Amino acid sequence: MSTWKKIKSWPLLLPVVALILVMAVNIIHDAATGVNPLSFFSISLRETTTNGTILYGRLIDVINRGSEIAILAIGMTLVVSASAGTDISVGSVMSLCASAMCVTLAGYGVSSTTTLAKPLVIGLLAAILMGIVCGAFNGTLVAHLSIQPMVATLILYSAARAIGLLLCNDLIVYVRNPSFAFIGSFLGPIPTPIVITAICIAIVSVVLKKTALGMYIQSVGINARASRIAGLNSKLLIFLAYTLCGVFASIAGIVASSRITSADSNNIGLYLEMDAILSVALGGNSLGGGKFNLAGSIIGAYTIQAITTTLYALGVSSIQAPVYKAVIVIIIVVIEAPPFKAFLKRHSAAFASKGV
Amino acid sequence: MEENVVLTARGISMTFPGVKALDNVDFTLRKGEIHALMGENGAGKSTLIKCLTGINDFEAGEIRVEGVDGPVKNRSTKDAQNIGISTVYQEVNLCPNLSVAENLFIGREPLTKLHTIDRKSYNKRSMKIMEDLGISVDVTQNLENYSLAIQQMVAIARAVDMDCKVLILDEPTSSLDDEEVEKLFSLMRKLKEKGVGIIFVTHFLEQVYAVCDRITVLRNGAFVGEFPIAELPRVKLVAAMMGKDLDDLAEIQKEQKDYSKEPMEIEAKGLSHAGTIKPFDLNIHKGEVVGIGGLLGSGRSELARCIYGADKAQTGTLAVAGQQVKINQPIDAMNKGMGMLPDDRKAEGIIADLSVRENIILALQAKRGMFKQLSRAQQEEIADRYIDLVKIKTASKDTLIKQLSGGNQQKVILARWLATDPDFLILDEPTRGIDVGTKSEIQKLIVKLAGEGKSVLFISSEIEEMLRTCNRMVIMRDGQKVGEIDHDLSQEGVMKAIAGGES
Ligand SMILES: Nc1ncnc2c1ncn2[C@@H]1O[C@H](COP(=O)(O)OP(=O)(O)OP(=O)(O)O)[C@@H](O)[C@H]1O
Ligand SMILES: [Mg+2]
Repeated sequence: MSTWKKIKSWPLLLPVVALILVMAVNIIHDAATGVNPLSFFSISLRETTTNGTILYGRLIDVINRGSEIAILAIGMTLVVSASAGTDISVGSVMSLCASAMCVTLAGYGVSSTTTLAKPLVIGLLAAILMGIVCGAFNGTLVAHLSIQPMVATLILYSAARAIGLLLCNDLIVYVRNPSFAFIGSFLGPIPTPIVITAICIAIVSVVLKKTALGMYIQSVGINARASRIAGLNSKLLIFLAYTLCGVFASIAGIVASSRITSADSNNIGLYLEMDAILSVALGGNSLGGGKFNLAGSIIGAYTIQAITTTLYALGVSSIQAPVYKAVIVIIIVVIEAPPFKAFLKRHSAAFASKGV
Repeated sequence: MEENVVLTARGISMTFPGVKALDNVDFTLRKGEIHALMGENGAGKSTLIKCLTGINDFEAGEIRVEGVDGPVKNRSTKDAQNIGISTVYQEVNLCPNLSVAENLFIGREPLTKLHTIDRKSYNKRSMKIMEDLGISVDVTQNLENYSLAIQQMVAIARAVDMDCKVLILDEPTSSLDDEEVEKLFSLMRKLKEKGVGIIFVTHFLEQVYAVCDRITVLRNGAFVGEFPIAELPRVKLVAAMMGKDLDDLAEIQKEQKDYSKEPMEIEAKGLSHAGTIKPFDLNIHKGEVVGIGGLLGSGRSELARCIYGADKAQTGTLAVAGQQVKINQPIDAMNKGMGMLPDDRKAEGIIADLSVRENIILALQAKRGMFKQLSRAQQEEIADRYIDLVKIKTASKDTLIKQLSGGNQQKVILARWLATDPDFLILDEPTRGIDVGTKSEIQKLIVKLAGEGKSVLFISSEIEEMLRTCNRMVIMRDGQKVGEIDHDLSQEGVMKAIAGGES
């Protein structure tokens, strides 16, 4: 195969090209405004009064802020692959898990505390348990009752935040405790969310490498009937994918909540389900299920965060940002669409035959 | 264009990544002839057909069709239909969740005066079309409710109903019984009289000699020759396809012994599944090959599916090797040493987007469980072994299974089950779409497995194939087991029993 063909069939082509494009925009913008063109990539150590010496730079910021999306993207990738559907409840579930955690740590009805009512571990477990429950709920609806994933997860999408508010007695529960705040701040010079994300990715990668889970999920996503005849428990695997997705949503919820040391039911994880789904698509995964590429989704997640950060750097307000993201989505979807690919193929063939 | 010729293809070449699927192939179809396109699995038959109908984009060569000036380059199947080429593809590609009638008329729905779809008229016309073919179905039912054979007949009916001058049939008879085949043949003869040119692909040689006028042979993507039927007797045809002589086809030595003394492998009592199969008893001994005979829709596959748990048995008991077992789904059956090759390869066999290697090891991996992953080296070793054993023609073991020819996909699924080393193997049409050479290899393999003490339940629409390998036959009629024949297995005896005479 020629090098060009090899590049063209590389599965990470789309996410990597998108990432490079975003970086290029940054470089051009910086150059145009007279800043060092490579300032996007510059990482420095900075002294702070609260956290000591920390890593500082726009790239670090993107990776740090992108943690929640990256963690969600892991679960979303599995769900998309196994069920050819998306879990649109992850943002709300994040928020519900955060509420469950903060209420456990602060005690019911307390709106602000500096001391923990229960050990931190119990709070974290509460969040993860809540994630499992939500995921299992979605999984049951999709796998066992054969409800369309979009409709099934719509239930928690709209209800989870409200349940979280109920848990919190309609308050924003603040847990201003350093051991809790640590999760959203720094481990030495490195932002803790980056470390947590790295651990999540590492665990999932090892599981996918050392067990047959990856092949099972893809097989079910491609042809559930044939997989069943070949001995796979298709329903259980779809259920499992949704449950895992719930667990990752809870981890993302823990991180997001710790950053602001509170459970802000209405704002935690807001619109993040869209970013997570977009990461999966941008990662070159078909939303029609089947084969998946986790590395692509992760790169996709950071690309989305880079886009968001870049838009802010360019002075786009947070209200307008979705418009630009929408444009990017349109471009990606069109590039991936079969008629467009066929069009490109025809034209490149025409070019070749003309000898251009 | 020559007199009487409706379609010519000259010098067609087409390459897939790693495979030269067609190399300078010529094909000529005359008016009112039935022209067989023959070749081994992976020879390029389907690829050539897809070049004619605009699915494949060939890189060299030229296609001409009568009534069209200049070379034809179809961009889609719609283009091909517009110039009068109507096709039934190897894999049924209708919509399972639409009704039979909708499938017959999709893309060409009759309209009312208000330009809405005229449901009444097309349901009526559909009924007529299916009746003419002698198939009794409820045309308002979804297609997925019907067996593969009926689906195949619907695909044929759809193609035939369109006004065409070229009709292409790619292995249309692979899941049909003799009776349906006969119906199809009389239909083909009728069209032939009207001057339609028909391209017919099949691996059943006797069918070629029953209806065809001419044969074009392909081998490894290359054109071997075009012959009038009289000049190419069976032996020569096989030699032309394989490039060598076939060693004696019928020499299969099945063991002749009294199996009733052997230990029992499968003991089913009163198993049934509502709507598909009425309660039946069935005993299979160790090392025995049992065939199931019956007409289309008589419940052959359903009986097997009920034992395997593909359709969960609702009544009755099942004992495997003397032990009572409860089977809720296929994996339970697999853990008891069973395996089942389903008849519908596309819907229940292949995992299209996985590689040949993954498709081969899938069932074995499922049996071992998620946490005991076969290492990459083990996977490759197993894949290599079976690619070699059943002669799978593939560019590599990491090629996606959907890129293999139909017959080679079938071999992969067979390999999947052989790899699990089952004690009791259900084979539902295992040789569907498989070429003559490999077919006899597979029959030998079945007899060999039995010799090793494995039991086999064998379903085939080709009776001779079962006679060659089975020790006993179970006869099915209308979803019910009506009898068994355990000695003097003969073609007439079995046919008579199937048709409903005294058994
Ligand atoms: N989509 C594809 N991508 C890559 N290779 C392909 C594709 N389709 C077919 N091939 C290859 O082209 C060759 C010819 O395949 P084709 O399907 O035409 O065989 P065939 O003669 O119809 O065989 P069969 O009797 O098994 O149906 C095979 O080697 C096959 O692997
Ligand atoms: Mg074929």
